[in-house]
Amino acid sequence: MTSLLNVEDLVKNFGGLTAVSDVNMHLDDDELVALIGPNGAGKTTLFNLLTGVIVPSSGSITFRGTDGTISLNGMKAYKIANLGMARTFQNIRLFKELSVLDNVLIAMTAHYKEDFFQSVFRLPRFYKTESQIRKEAIELLKIFELQNDLDKLAKNLPYGIQRRLEIVRGLAMKPKVLFLDEPAAGMNPEETADLTRLIRQVQRDFHITVLLIEHDMSLVMNLASRIYVLDHGSLLAEGTPTEIQQNKAVIKAYLGEEA
Amino acid sequence: MILKANWKYNLCWLILMVAGFYLMNTLILVGIINSFLENMMVTIGINIILAVGLNLVIGFAGQFSLGHAGFMAVGAYATAIMISKTPTAGTFYISIIVGVIVAIIAALVVGIPTLRLRGDYLAIATMGAAEIIRIIINNLKITNGPSGMFNIPQFATWPVVYIMVCVTTIIIVNFIHSRGGRAALAVREDEIAAESMGINVFKWKLAAFVLGAATAAVAGSMQASYLQTIAPSNFNIMESIAILIIVVLGGVGSITGSFVAAGILGVVDAALQNFGALRMVIYALVLILIMIFKPSGIMGATELSFKRLFNRKNKKVGAKS
Ligand SMILES: Nc1ncnc2c1ncn2[C@@H]1O[C@H](COP(=O)(O)OP(=O)(O)O)[C@@H](O)[C@H]1O
Ligand SMILES: [Mg+2]
Repeated sequence: MTSLLNVEDLVKNFGGLTAVSDVNMHLDDDELVALIGPNGAGKTTLFNLLTGVIVPSSGSITFRGTDGTISLNGMKAYKIANLGMARTFQNIRLFKELSVLDNVLIAMTAHYKEDFFQSVFRLPRFYKTESQIRKEAIELLKIFELQNDLDKLAKNLPYGIQRRLEIVRGLAMKPKVLFLDEPAAGMNPEETADLTRLIRQVQRDFHITVLLIEHDMSLVMNLASRIYVLDHGSLLAEGTPTEIQQNKAVIKAYLGEEA
Repeated sequence: MILKANWKYNLCWLILMVAGFYLMNTLILVGIINSFLENMMVTIGINIILAVGLNLVIGFAGQFSLGHAGFMAVGAYATAIMISKTPTAGTFYISIIVGVIVAIIAALVVGIPTLRLRGDYLAIATMGAAEIIRIIINNLKITNGPSGMFNIPQFATWPVVYIMVCVTTIIIVNFIHSRGGRAALAVREDEIAAESMGINVFKWKLAAFVLGAATAAVAGSMQASYLQTIAPSNFNIMESIAILIIVVLGGVGSITGSFVAAGILGVVDAALQNFGALRMVIYALVLILIMIFKPSGIMGATELSFKRLFNRKNKKVGAKS
């Protein structure tokens, strides 16, 4: 069987700068993969390419959908999202002026129908649908211990909690792949440990594929079954955590400069 | 569960609407509201319909449209033309629907190319589109060109306007608190995030824009048949700006605010009717003061909510026990 997501010779140029250069990678079903690399390596740019926020300069991205393989090149971001690709953002992009519950409900937009007349004239069907999706949203929020903050505005949540809410919002899309861009950034060791546990839990329980960008090496080594190392836009290495820890090029380019 | 929790609030709103109607009716019967005040109230009502619709587009979907008067003109002329030919109540109500349909088509034609633009560009493009609508009306025979239409039969009495205010507001508020409205809010908050959540940003922008235009057409129909005379110059850029002022004054993103601001400006306008040019100075002064002391508008983004009132009461009761 082909991989769930396949990336071939992917390139992104910003003017003279090549942010992503000839990247080849694949994601399989139900696995947790990490993407690491120094700042400016092109990790976020790669996420933006995969989720359709920006368009590749060349190369191909294909996704195994329910009826055959689909090319994601040039597809609109919302269509890619609705194929089953959810993400979080490095610089948190919650709907700040909206409530915690609304943030999650919005992510479910594609997964339920509400007829215009049903909602505008508040027919019984409307209330039925609403109470159904609210229940679903609250179930998800419970996993992340956010069920008591339903009416709080997203902007009023502490930073660490905002990152958690972004993950809930991603999960609410019922994704096949979840891209997490530095989910532990700015968290203290305790919060990070908690988050590590949660990410592992949801990956297993929901049977989704997770691609994780993270700088915290303990988190990455703990969670990932495979790691991709990106440096100056190119893939430097790929392998299991043990292989990556022993890889000379990686140690030189990345781990070495921190040690 | 939600059904049970909501009937209480829905009932409160219903009682408020019916009570308002009977209060108004009684005050007219006993002569406290004379024809001058009635005229003021109807003008306020029409402005509420306009401001609530524009607030949906600007305050909730976050699209800065400056062409609201154009869609109002569509409704006004649909009604004026139809009931001048066949002056029956039936034709009047059909003309409202015709106005709404034509306004929806116009909003699609205007919105599809322009809603891809942002901020200032969108404002200029929608303003231009409204101006085109006005110029078309100005040059048609059926609309009687620049001199406008007179002696339009009056079917839009105050109860009709009152009901239209209620109906359009209910539709818009219910839309905001549903799947589509939440999607529109997401678009306002962050287009990139909304798109990444699987939301077709363009579609929901357009939906809000079209719904706003449809209610503007209703307001136009009311105006034409209440004032009984209309001219293309009633629907120029100044009218669009006047509606915008109500929205900004009341609070961008607060439907309650649009009601309050339409009311205040309606009263101020009526009170200053004999002051001529001074009226515009006072008008401007009020606006400047608001912008200095309360830049988010009278209501900010808060709404009158029975749910919150009940919850507050419950909390107080809880605290005592
Ligand atoms: N929209 C953009 N326009 C121009 N340059 C960009 C843009 N986005 C990212 N870059 C550049 O691409 C490089 C990779 O950035 P990024 O993907 O954010 O790195 P990382 O996430 O690995 O830290 C950086 O040099 C950055 O300045
Ligand atoms: Mg980054």
